[in-house]
Amino acid sequence: MEAEVTFRVDGTSHRLTVDVRTTLLDALRERLGNTSAKKGCDHGQCGACTVLLDGQRVNSCLALAVAHDGAEIVTAAGLASDGELHPLQSAFIRHDAFQCGYCTPGQIVSAVGMLREAEAGWPSAVTAGQPADGGSGGSDGPTVGILTDDEVRERMSGNLCRCAAYANIVPAIQEVARG
Amino acid sequence: MRTFRYERASTTSGAVALLAEAPHGAFLGGGTNLVDLMKLDVARPDLLVDVRRLTSDRVEELSNGGVRIGAGVSNSQLAADPLIRRRYPMLSQALLSGASGQLRNLATAAGNLLQRTRCPYFQDVTTPCNKREPGTGCSAIEGHHRDLAILGTSPECVATHPSDLAVALVALDAVVRTEGPDGERVIPMTELHRLPGAEPQRDTVLRHGELITAIDLPPLAFAACSYFRKIRDRASYAFALVTVAAAIDVVDGVVRDVRIAFGGVAHKPWRAIKAEELLRGGPAGEDQFRRAAEAELADARPLAGNAFKVPLARNTMVRTLLDLLEGPR
Repeated sequence: MEAEVTFRVDGTSHRLTVDVRTTLLDALRERLGNTSAKKGCDHGQCGACTVLLDGQRVNSCLALAVAHDGAEIVTAAGLASDGELHPLQSAFIRHDAFQCGYCTPGQIVSAVGMLREAEAGWPSAVTAGQPADGGSGGSDGPTVGILTDDEVRERMSGNLCRCAAYANIVPAIQEVARG
Repeated sequence: MRTFRYERASTTSGAVALLAEAPHGAFLGGGTNLVDLMKLDVARPDLLVDVRRLTSDRVEELSNGGVRIGAGVSNSQLAADPLIRRRYPMLSQALLSGASGQLRNLATAAGNLLQRTRCPYFQDVTTPCNKREPGTGCSAIEGHHRDLAILGTSPECVATHPSDLAVALVALDAVVRTEGPDGERVIPMTELHRLPGAEPQRDTVLRHGELITAIDLPPLAFAACSYFRKIRDRASYAFALVTVAAAIDVVDGVVRDVRIAFGGVAHKPWRAIKAEELLRGGPAGEDQFRRAAEAELADARPLAGNAFKVPLARNTMVRTLLDLLEGPR
């Protein structure tokens, strides 16, 4: 079965006919020629395929294109504006936060989504903490202030790096998080 | 991936009607588990009825003081919801202890409850598995079962249910609201998932084409003092070895009420009824907690490779209740 879908990808509108089995990742890479998001595990385990889907980071390998007709998608290739790299892209370069680079677009897009989530006051398993720390109970206001390194690691745990550049990824993200 | 038809409906009853006519069809929520299982050829639906945008994506306060969670609320939204965090912190903690930020953004509340076991043999179509192909045998009993069940197993299946959210919901006595070909019904969370018995292919009591539309949480004041603890091989982004969801109400050193559920130990979230009954009305303390945990786990029948889960579950329950006794500083 085929279906016609419309997407806005990195600011450009596209209309295409896809087999309903097509994932968002395959639609981007194979149909639209946007190879920014990478196919790592293709099972939602590695995060290399992370894109922003209507503003939220998701694994594009597990999203069927037909189910997200009309969506606004941003890949790492669409983060730069007017030829200027996104602050996270610059920070990754400055901190040497990659080796082979295969996971990097996913890492950067994930970090963009993650910082938005933290700004919106979304807790993480680290924020929720132990009951003796007050847990996440008893408070309904934003509880996320400055992100600790543990917070960044927990919130970015859906992005694997086989080169293990984590030691530089965390400070790169922290530089941007702390402005 | 095999071919399928993809349909959307404008109403929940329309979606139910579409699936009623397709015995091999399935509802599609966030797809984070179903699409993966379709890639692995474990799930082979010939029709997907997309309900992600059909059911409510809101968390609402009920007039009885409880809370209604729309089936389509994302795991992220639910975990961050102020009402949930304030009144049922263990529910938020359960969600945040599972999956990754990306997956939680896609996955829905109802879909979380209906995800399938992560038993490696269930996910590998080259091996026998009674849950995937009834009658072929269980590869796990003589194979790799370190992560699998110690309670309520059958000779046919030793799988565990992977949902952390379901464990917190079972402890809270939540109910799911459904709409199916035979109309609407309300199912207690403690009865939604089933033990494997001779039909391990059936994870839940839902009938074909029955759609979860909402999850209702009853008012439970002392759930504000609750905690979800997850024990796993990695600090983040891993399925459970053992989890405990617990809430306790202690007045003058006496347990007025308590709720305890285990995850990672059975084919369904395991409500610790025996432990709760032993604790209710008695003194609150480490010895009592240990005896209650041991009573609950007396029926455990671990396999050679997962006997460690019995003391792990006991200790996790004791530690979680002790931490709750100390309360927020």
